[in-house]
Amino acid sequence: MSTAAIDSPIPPAEPRFTASRVNYLNVDFGVRSWLLTTDHKRIAILYLASITLMFVLGGAFAVMIRLELMTPEGDVLQADTYNKLFTMHGIMMIFFFLIPSVPAVLGNFLVPIMIGAKDLAFPRINLLSWYLYIIGGLITFWAILAGGVDTGWTFYPPYSTRYSYSQVVATIVGLFITGFSSIFTGLNFVVTVHRMRAPGLTWFRLPLFIWAMYAASLIMLLGTPVVAITLALVAVERIVGVGIFNPALGGDPVLFQHMFWFYSHPAVYIMILPGMGVISEVVSCFSRKAIFGYHLVAFSSMAIAVLGFLVWGHHMFTSGESVYVAMIFSFLSFLVAIPSAIKVFNWTATLYKGSVLLTTPMLYAFGFIGLFTIGGLTGLMLAALGLDIHFHDTYFVVAHFHYVMVGGMVMAYMGGLHFWWPKISGRMYPEGIAKVAMVIIFVGFNMTFLPQFVLGHLGMPRRYHTYADEFQILNVMSTAGASILGAGFFIPLLYFLWSLKYSPLAGPNPWGATGLEWQTPSPPPTFNFDKPPIVTDEPYAYAPKEDARVH
Amino acid sequence: MAGRVDALFFFLMAVTVFFTLLISVLVIYFAVKYRRRADTDRPRAIHGSVPLEIVWTAIPLAISMAMFVWGASLFVAMARPPEDAIEVYAVGKQWMWKVQHPDGQREINELHVPVGQPVKLKMISEDVIHAFYVPAFRIKNDVVPGRYSTVWFTATKPGTYHLFCAEYCGTSHSKMIGSVIVMEPAEFQAWLESRAEGSLALEGRKLFLKLQCVTCHSATAQARAPVLESLYRRPVQLKDGRTVVADENYLRESILSPGSKVVAGFEYIMPTFKELFDEKGQPREDDVLKLLAFIKSLRPGQTPTRVEESPPPAKLPAGESPKASEP
Repeated sequence: MSTAAIDSPIPPAEPRFTASRVNYLNVDFGVRSWLLTTDHKRIAILYLASITLMFVLGGAFAVMIRLELMTPEGDVLQADTYNKLFTMHGIMMIFFFLIPSVPAVLGNFLVPIMIGAKDLAFPRINLLSWYLYIIGGLITFWAILAGGVDTGWTFYPPYSTRYSYSQVVATIVGLFITGFSSIFTGLNFVVTVHRMRAPGLTWFRLPLFIWAMYAASLIMLLGTPVVAITLALVAVERIVGVGIFNPALGGDPVLFQHMFWFYSHPAVYIMILPGMGVISEVVSCFSRKAIFGYHLVAFSSMAIAVLGFLVWGHHMFTSGESVYVAMIFSFLSFLVAIPSAIKVFNWTATLYKGSVLLTTPMLYAFGFIGLFTIGGLTGLMLAALGLDIHFHDTYFVVAHFHYVMVGGMVMAYMGGLHFWWPKISGRMYPEGIAKVAMVIIFVGFNMTFLPQFVLGHLGMPRRYHTYADEFQILNVMSTAGASILGAGFFIPLLYFLWSLKYSPLAGPNPWGATGLEWQTPSPPPTFNFDKPPIVTDEPYAYAPKEDARVH
Repeated sequence: MAGRVDALFFFLMAVTVFFTLLISVLVIYFAVKYRRRADTDRPRAIHGSVPLEIVWTAIPLAISMAMFVWGASLFVAMARPPEDAIEVYAVGKQWMWKVQHPDGQREINELHVPVGQPVKLKMISEDVIHAFYVPAFRIKNDVVPGRYSTVWFTATKPGTYHLFCAEYCGTSHSKMIGSVIVMEPAEFQAWLESRAEGSLALEGRKLFLKLQCVTCHSATAQARAPVLESLYRRPVQLKDGRTVVADENYLRESILSPGSKVVAGFEYIMPTFKELFDEKGQPREDDVLKLLAFIKSLRPGQTPTRVEESPPPAKLPAGESPKASEP
């Protein structure tokens, strides 16, 4: 790899930028001005702080899990404690970090600016959804402090409704409330994209990030109520003893799995689609080229959102589903892989004959493309019926979804955070350290999760507190990788905070990017634009002939 | 079967490695070849290419359809146990596996099988969902409370293999493990004989008499309840007009919850037998399996008469009434 490309300097922040202008950050410093704000950018900052806390907490649980798994015996933690830790790791990371990560932080900040609006359609509902997130989070915290919950994040009955002696109901109440936060955010985005686009910003001039957010918002809106109802039914059966899922009471435990995965599989796309949107923006900007096959990339987001609702049964191939039902779900699962494959090819093709600059966001985008490809292809192994029987509920599945969720989504989130950090904070981040941190995270990630594919193939089941001796070497490798990964994540946390005060000012468009968010000062004023923008051009107009920018 | 699963795995692995390398090499090659040389670089736009996009939609589609067909055909083969499979029962409960052989031999956390002989497991859980998983055989199936599930395999090499519970089931989930011990047929036969315990159907017969089922389910024409001889796998006309097949799940449901599917021509007079439930109200699945084995074995003329073998009530320990509880 050419070092010249890596070391080529970021366009230096021009000294004429000064921070004296009034923007959304310095307009008011009072606590009330933050806690009662209806500014989508401030709400994004509130989310950024909250989900970072949740990520650190979920990460701490993961560290304890990996520590326990260094040896085959259960010598660090009690079995129940271990079970609670992997449950809380899943709940924290999925419901409180991954689902809100790109939508609630970057989406909140960028959706109105990217479409040239002053704010989201319902600013007060936007604030309400942050409060619901916080209330749900606090109730879940209380559940942890009151003993924790040990059902796995999947809450399978009848274990969850009858046999678990842990804080199932309190956790469900917390998740139920947090679910509404997600529903309101999705609603807000859908309405905003439909109703508040700037003059001239037609659907096919929208940035692909907006298409991806729109597709993810539809899932949030249509899917989340189902999981809320399903979890509520678990609570009802647990408290009142009405037979819904427990066969001893006349219920059906497999019914729960259908209802749960009807949301929780599409939820995977809530997590990954916004990440794909980030990658489209970053790859295009740092290749200085329009995205290859804009329409196909946009449609593939919508195809994923629609098909994603039809594949939930692939989580249940061993549950005694009929052979024909299993075949239909397997077939549809293979179909949903196609739009993802198209996106990967189109991103790669965008680089062709471009002007590629390897900044930190671009490195994260490359990381995403490689790791998501592995995550996606191993997903095909799990969609293949005869093979899934062996891999189901083993570490192969754990490795697969971490490749998609961490290798994919967290890479995209980190890439997006670096890409738009100059816009959010008004300052650059330190490029050199950021690249080092990216490499550490990438290496640590692969060291943690590659061995888990092998463990799964050897037959180590997931959610095991103790395991057979022959699995130890691979587990030690995984734990070693996890310690590198964990350390890697602290570096961005430190330099982002440091950059707020000490980094050079960024100016409105440090990357020379197209897109309305780069037409306004950094940080943007409270209502985003001094003059309402009018769009006259196609998206990603990087080429010289089409250089007539938005005014 | 394990060999066929692995063949599919190697095909998918090859596809995964190929595409991961292809994408990685292309990304790195483009990133180096088209690196930004001057800040004023303004490459020409390429908005896409319909033929190329058709190619990279069609090729993944074709490959994934091949994977689908391969995986599905394997799955169909795995779902159909051969006719000559020996049938073994397994009950999962927190946190152990209880196994019962057709001739009554019982084991805990172990399953002895002969090499080269298809073995079909009928499985049920007494509490939460478990999953029966033998990695070496590439088989796994959930073990659910309230319904029977099936898994089958043919062991090809003598030895001891891991048996894991793969569905999270609570505190000691990772201790709900055991071994499948594959033996040479003669060795297996010797093992069976060393633990002769009377067949499962015989155990069921004793229970049938002890619970006084025969009072109503007699073989006579005036019976107050359906005759059970040769009932297994026959269609049954229900009172509400439906017809069901008398499979294991139907028989189990009719034993534990007699009112749910009443046979046409009979009244719902059968009580719920509290002897078949533990103190928490969960069914005693091993006893239900004994009754099932007995009912499945019943041929015409084999229904016991009332007096035969039936222990006189006076001999029973106090508190254990042979009579049915009140309906």
